[in-house]
This record gives sequence, C-alpha cells and structure tokens, in this order.
Amino acid sequence: MSQNALPTAMIETLTAIGDWLVVLPIVLALMGGALLLMLRQTGKLSLLAALVVVGAIIACDIGLLIRIAAEGPVSMTMGRWLPPFGISLTADIFGAAFALAAAVVTLAVLAYAEIERGEPEQGDGFHPLVLLLLGGVTGAFLTGDLFNLYVWFEVMLIASFGLLVLGGGAAQLDGAVKYGFLNFLATTLFLLALGLSYGLLGTLNMADIMRVAPMADPAAMAGIAALLLLAFGMKAAAFPINAWLPASYHTPPAAVSALFAGLLTKVGAYALLRALVAILPASRDLLEPVLLALAIGTLLVAPLGAIAETNLRRALGFLVIGGIGAVLAGLALPSPAAIAGAGLYIFHAIVTMTALYMVAGLIERRSGARDSRQMGGLYAADSGLSVLFFVLILAAAGVPPLLGFWPKLLLIEAGLAAGGWGYGLVAALVANAVLTLIAGTRLWAHIFWRNAPEAVAPRRHRDGIGFAAAGLLAAAIVAAGLWPNPLIAGAHMAAADIVDPAHYVAATGLAAVEPGERE
Amino acid sequence: MNTLIFRTLAPLIVATMLVFSLYVCLRGHNEPGGGFIGGLIAAAAIAVFGMASGVEEVRRALRVDPMAIAGFGVVMAGASGLMSLFIEAPFMTSIWLYLPLGDTTVPISTPLFFDLGVYCVVFGTLASVALALEASDEENH
Repeated sequence: MSQNALPTAMIETLTAIGDWLVVLPIVLALMGGALLLMLRQTGKLSLLAALVVVGAIIACDIGLLIRIAAEGPVSMTMGRWLPPFGISLTADIFGAAFALAAAVVTLAVLAYAEIERGEPEQGDGFHPLVLLLLGGVTGAFLTGDLFNLYVWFEVMLIASFGLLVLGGGAAQLDGAVKYGFLNFLATTLFLLALGLSYGLLGTLNMADIMRVAPMADPAAMAGIAALLLLAFGMKAAAFPINAWLPASYHTPPAAVSALFAGLLTKVGAYALLRALVAILPASRDLLEPVLLALAIGTLLVAPLGAIAETNLRRALGFLVIGGIGAVLAGLALPSPAAIAGAGLYIFHAIVTMTALYMVAGLIERRSGARDSRQMGGLYAADSGLSVLFFVLILAAAGVPPLLGFWPKLLLIEAGLAAGGWGYGLVAALVANAVLTLIAGTRLWAHIFWRNAPEAVAPRRHRDGIGFAAAGLLAAAIVAAGLWPNPLIAGAHMAAADIVDPAHYVAATGLAAVEPGERE
Repeated sequence: MNTLIFRTLAPLIVATMLVFSLYVCLRGHNEPGGGFIGGLIAAAAIAVFGMASGVEEVRRALRVDPMAIAGFGVVMAGASGLMSLFIEAPFMTSIWLYLPLGDTTVPISTPLFFDLGVYCVVFGTLASVALALEASDEENH
C-alpha cells in the first residue's frame, strides 16, 4: 500500500441477503423480547408471540447452518466499517449448531413452563426474559468479536438474574446472590483480559487476533489466555470454581433451571473452545497441564458430588458440571478429533441437560418433594416418566447408542491416539461415565423403584405439555444417537475450521490486508 | 417534599426538563448529548413529578406503562438497524435523507431513530425504577 493514500475504511461491496442470517437470530430475539415486554399483560397472546418468535429464530438458525455447510463461515460487520473497526458477527458450524440447539430447547422450555404458570404468574416478565436470555446466548455463539462476547455475557447475566429472582422466595434470593456475585466476578476477569489484549494487540476482532497474536510477546499472551481460562472456567462451572452452580440451579422453577442447565455453562465451554483453541492456540499449548488437571478433576469430582447429594436438582447440577469435564478433556487434547468430540459434547449437553431438568421438575410435581429421600414408588404411578428419566441418565453417562456416547467415543479415540497424558484422560472419561451411571441409577432407584415412604401419595397433575416437551427432546437424543453420522461429519468439518482458521479469517474479509499493514 | 412551593413549581420544572431532554437528544448527533442523556433527563423529570403529585397521578399522565415505552424503544432501535436490509448493506449501516424545507434542509437518518429508541429505553426503564421506588416510599408513610 502506498505511503500517502489512507487505507480504505468502509466495505464497498454489496451485502448478500443470505449474510443477514447471521444477525437475524440475535435481532429477532432482542426485538421479540422487547415486543413481549409491551404485550406483558396480555396473557396467552404473550406465550403465542414468544413461540412464534422462537420458531422464526429456529428457521434462521437452520438457514444459517445450511449456508455455512455450503459456503463456509458466514460473517457480517456492522455498519459497513471494515473489520477490525466494525463489530463482526462471524458464525462457523459450531456456533450456528449451538445457536440452533439453544433455540430448540428454548422452544421446549417455553411450552414446558406452561404447566408451572397459572394466573398469578401472568405478566411477570418470564417470556421477555427468556427471549433476552436466548438473545444473549445466540449472540455469544455467533459473535466474532471478543468485546461483543463480553456484552452478550452481560446480557445473559442480566436475563438469568431476572429469571432467578422471579417469584422472589428466600431460597431464590440466596441462590441468586451466589450466582450473581460469582458470575459478575467472572465477567470482570474477562473484562480485565480484554483490556490487556486490546492494549497489547490493538484489536479485539477474533479473526484479527488470530493473525496478530503470534507476533506478540508469548508470555503476555499466555497471561491473557490464563485470565480467559479462569473467567470462562467459572462461567462453565469447571472444578474447582464450580461452587455457584449447585448453590443456585435448584432454587428457581424447574423450567428456569432447565433453561440454565442447557444454556449457561455451555456458553462458557464454547467460549473456552473459541478463545483457547481457535484464537490463542500457542497459549493453549502452554496451559495444557492446567487444562489436563481441570479436565480430570472435573470429570472425577463432579459425579462424586452427584452421588453424595440427595436433593434431586442439586444432584443433577453436579452431572451438568461433569459434562463440562468432558469438554475440557477435548480442549486438553489438541487434535482435531478431540475438538470435534468437545463440540459434539456441547451440542449433546445442551439438549440432554435441559431435558433432564424438565423431567426432574415433573418428578418434583408428582412426588411433592424436592429431596430424593422423600420420594419413592413413582414407577407404579407413572412408568412413562421413569423410562424418560432412565433414558436421559443413560444419555448423560454416554451409554451407546444414545447421543452422549458418540462425543465420548471421539474423545477416547483422540486420547488413545495422543498417548502419554491422553491415557489419563481416557481413564478419567471412563471413570466419569461409570460414576455418572452410579449416581443416576441410584437416583432412579430411590425415586421410582423403592417403596414410597409412608404418607406420600403420588399426586396427579395435568402436565401433559411438560411431559410432551421433555419426551420430544429425549426422542431427539435417541434418534440422533441412532443416526449419528451427519452430526459426527459436521463436527469433524467444524473442528477442521477451528484448528485451521483460514476460512474463518477469510470470511471476515481480513485476509486481504496483511497483518501490521494498518499501522 | 410535599410543600406548597414545590407542588406549584413542579409542573414548570417538569415541562422545562422534558423539552430540554428532547433538545439534548436531538443535538446529540454532532455535539455532546444524545438519546441516553436525554432519556436520563426525562426520567429525572418524571421522578420530580412523582415526588410532587404522587405516583398514581404520574401513571395517569403517562397513559402508557413505562416498561412498555422501554420495549418500544428497543423495537424502534432494532428496526432502524434493519432498514439497511433494503440498500444491501450490513446491519446498522446508516441511511440519510435530506428533506428540503423552505430555506434549509433537514437531515433525517436511521441513527436519529436509533437514538430516539435509546431515549425511550432509558426513559422507560429509569421511570419504572423511579416510580417503583416512590410507590414503596408512599406505602411507608
């Protein structure tokens, strides 16, 4: 580029209509949430509008996924300013697939929540907050800018805090304080890392960081990566910074905890995948021992917590944490197969954990108790529920042929291929599956199999919609487990793009400018 | 706070602040000001009105629930960003229209509507908070 001509700052080419698919899911969620805020007092109309908006978001996510599969990552930079000045939204297969899974479980949760919501709950702001949460989660999955990711984390934090205190019981406020404080700490650490990386690199666009980070001081970059690991690790509830999750997830209504279990920690896990493997791979190599320790610790300690816990939803909270261990195992192994396994595991965990919490809510309604010691004999009252719970426990543990099995298989293959510490990870993964199975079947035996305690009669409720919503998610898990080939092929394609970000960088339009040429 | 002097002067203060908030919002495109600070001033006016005349009076005067105003603001801001769909440019690209009006031209743009949306969001949210605080304060007396 010549010395006296300024580089171009604006995008001159026309934007294809198809590129709008990357921004529409977020815009629809936020504008839909605002619209629902205006319709707050309208009762059933509010639910109908929420279902229509989420349906439209699902359609956009599917369209985005098809476009990415055909043409590679899709990117759009706001307001025609060239990246890295404009904020880019960039979606690859993982981001779009997770956004789709998040929208689908949100739809199921909206339908499920109707069994818990009566006259007093009308107009309490549940539907706008759910859409705001979905907007934050979708934004985090589709963004191509680290600071924008921080904004979506804050949106998620605000929406989830609102959902957590809705209803306002003492236990809920107690859970909300722990949840709010620790997550706020995590986002503050994230903000610190952002300040450091902007000072060091002069850019926060993910694709741009990929290009300039190798030229920066490796020690400083490792420090930033470590801060990001701590912040996202807290968000993902990795051991030993997981304390907020079991302390808060069991306090709100079951529909809200189902949504949290499916979405919140997975965004943290996805951010780890994006930040450490895709953006700062050199720093990830330095942090590999830490990742190994975190992965093995999370894989082993979380299901032990689930075995020790008698409160049903708290026990499930530990299973959610155990799943994060599997994702961390994928990050600790650098091969594309491991990344594919980690990504597929996040996809599986979004659906499975939501369905598991939905079923837990149904069990609580049937038994009238929250502690598994006060439950029993539900098998006779509702065999369908017992089958559903059992299938989901098997899926969470990763028993073939359910969806949870395939990502673990990919991870174990990758661990065996890596050798050395890979064997340790394989052992931890297998031990995690066995311990999860023990915890889950023990819960199942207590709730369904043994005789009911004295004076506890199963209650009958009209919760057909809730059962149908959980059942459809479980059916999807079984179907995806029986025909896993498209998912596994997609995960391999996505992992290839994460490990070699050339397509990702090209999509943002940065490849045309050489790194350092701007200065 | 409910003295005769305050109650007499409050409508004047409120009216002045509301007009000033619109002025600050509109000049904000090129000079200090904008939707955020304008919305803050308008919400402060509503808080003053609430102190002088009571929350019920303010809600009657507003006609619309302040939270609905905030929701409308988000919809307006989002819609102003979506306009660039029609000129095949990325989301949030600004579009300008120069209206000749007598001797002068009035520029109308999508950032203006975005800023008005921000104004509504800040005004609606903070007015809700102020009214809720004042309502609980009234219950205590």
